[in-house]
Amino acid sequence: MRAPRIALAAAALTLSLWHAPAAAVAAPAQADAATIRQGEYLARAGDCIACHTAPGGKPFAGGRAMPTPFGTLYSSNISPDPEYGIGRWTADQFYGMMHTGRSPDGGLIYPAMPFPNYTKVTRQDCDAIFAYLLSEPAVHQPNRPNELQFPYNNRQLILGWRTLFFHEGTYQPDPAKSDEWNRGAYLVEGLGHCSMCHSPINALGGTSASQAFQGGLIPMQDWYAPSLTSNAQAGLGEWSLEEISDLLRKGVSARGAVYGPMAEVVFNSLQYLTDADTRAMAVYLKSLGQEALPPHAGAPVPPRESSLLMDLGKTVYGAQCASCHGADGRGRPPDYPPLAGNPSITMDPAVNAIRMVLNGGYPPGTQGNPRPYGMPPFAQTLSDDEVAAVVTYIRRAWGNSGTAITAQRANTLRSAPLD
Amino acid sequence: MAERVLACAPCHGAHGEGTSNPYYPRLANKPAGYLANQLLAFRDGRRRYAPMNYLLEFQRDDYLREMAAYFAALQPPAPPRPPVGVSQEVLAQGQELVTKGAPDRGIPPCVACHGPRLTGMEPAIPALIGLNSQYISAQLGAWRYGTRTAIAPDCMQLIAAHLTEADVTAIAAWLASQPVPPDARPVAAGTLRMPLHCGSEPQ
Repeated sequence: MRAPRIALAAAALTLSLWHAPAAAVAAPAQADAATIRQGEYLARAGDCIACHTAPGGKPFAGGRAMPTPFGTLYSSNISPDPEYGIGRWTADQFYGMMHTGRSPDGGLIYPAMPFPNYTKVTRQDCDAIFAYLLSEPAVHQPNRPNELQFPYNNRQLILGWRTLFFHEGTYQPDPAKSDEWNRGAYLVEGLGHCSMCHSPINALGGTSASQAFQGGLIPMQDWYAPSLTSNAQAGLGEWSLEEISDLLRKGVSARGAVYGPMAEVVFNSLQYLTDADTRAMAVYLKSLGQEALPPHAGAPVPPRESSLLMDLGKTVYGAQCASCHGADGRGRPPDYPPLAGNPSITMDPAVNAIRMVLNGGYPPGTQGNPRPYGMPPFAQTLSDDEVAAVVTYIRRAWGNSGTAITAQRANTLRSAPLD
Repeated sequence: MAERVLACAPCHGAHGEGTSNPYYPRLANKPAGYLANQLLAFRDGRRRYAPMNYLLEFQRDDYLREMAAYFAALQPPAPPRPPVGVSQEVLAQGQELVTKGAPDRGIPPCVACHGPRLTGMEPAIPALIGLNSQYISAQLGAWRYGTRTAIAPDCMQLIAAHLTEADVTAIAAWLASQPVPPDARPVAAGTLRMPLHCGSEPQ
């Protein structure tokens, strides 16, 4: 099969040179099948498709709305269309964009594109991703202009942001660590761009390196991406490598399952990674700082109110939850996640636990778990008081040490966006 | 399978029989192809209802078809429905539109595709009985406003565009007032000669 592909590539090259002599397409057009396959794998690891494809749209044609506190951005067309996509880019230009966050004309790219992570990706891996993208169908679809409020519509402001939050440079292996650990760190910090969500976002929309992986509320989505450094949250220090790998690849594990934005990451990206790469990520994630952070100061609920909540919560739990999660809260993993001793239930902020009760959810359908069990939504059947009570109960029963939840907090999250 | 689809129970009933809430439809005994088309449409955004779009967003085709087949095979009795509360005149207008249509306005009768007993046709045309009037009028409205779409050609969108508000009220009321027969199975595929070509029903 290899010879015809090269012949075809040569013919395509001749044609494009004849039509547009200025376009430098030589290197990518000659990419071999193995490079393109490798590029596809790496593009999965970077989850390019998730942002660069609109719901119901053609792959890589862009146009997905990305609401931010500063206005709405629309992802760009990265299909090989010569007019609207990256069809006329060179491999140097593509690498420059990934590594420096600048488009071929030198323009500054908004950091909704995770170039502060992608800068860590090697030249060879960037070239493979570029070769893969060029091998996909071109989509002749114009890019949609961003709708940013003044003053954020001035791209020069990105310069200031970059000074504060962008550190250019390919990943440098730590010689004191194993190859496996370094591979995991390369994937997590680079293509995986995990820190985009799992770090606190400050008022400037930046994540600071000193707080990397300490968890953060995802702007505009009302989901909390838990800390990966605190075992009191989603820190994985106490998990086995198998449990971490299961969560990343299958979306479910003996300790818990993924829902919300993380379900999308597993569905589009992580389920396609090899055993070796998933394990390497697990090794690195397990090693991240493991000290529990001081708990966030949640709104205190008076003890008397808290005990009323616990009584009502126990009743609601018995009627609605115990048949799957067990009266003892141990669940039946991996299909019914345990609630007892599960930090994602007890952590602050409690938005995820409240939203799971309100909205329910299915873990993603993956190769390792194609027929997941679903959690019913209770927004339609439980009152604010009942939601607050049952969430308070699961955060405090069975030795769990979470704080109580108010009905007002439950009510606010009823209007959280579902898309 | 029953355990895997417990997420559907609060709104659609543990056996897909429907609940007293007027906006959540019965699933049981609808043609599997119809249910599969709806699950895929919710997942892909052709049909918009945020709680359903959210639940199904990351599920695979095979699994959604399996869920559809599961509910299609169930035959629980229908829960009691509230009285529709409209005049005899309106009901008569509804019956006229459902059984005879309005040829002068380009509206075919519902029975032409949904079957003489309105129990639907395999593989993908749903029953229209056993539903609440609010649900039916909401769906006809959704077609007119584009929040519910089907595979092209979307014949229901064409028909809904010809209906007035009064037509919708009358049709929904009369359909909701009809009892569900004990054996409410859809008629076999190809039994009816459909007046329109519909993308979701292979012909």
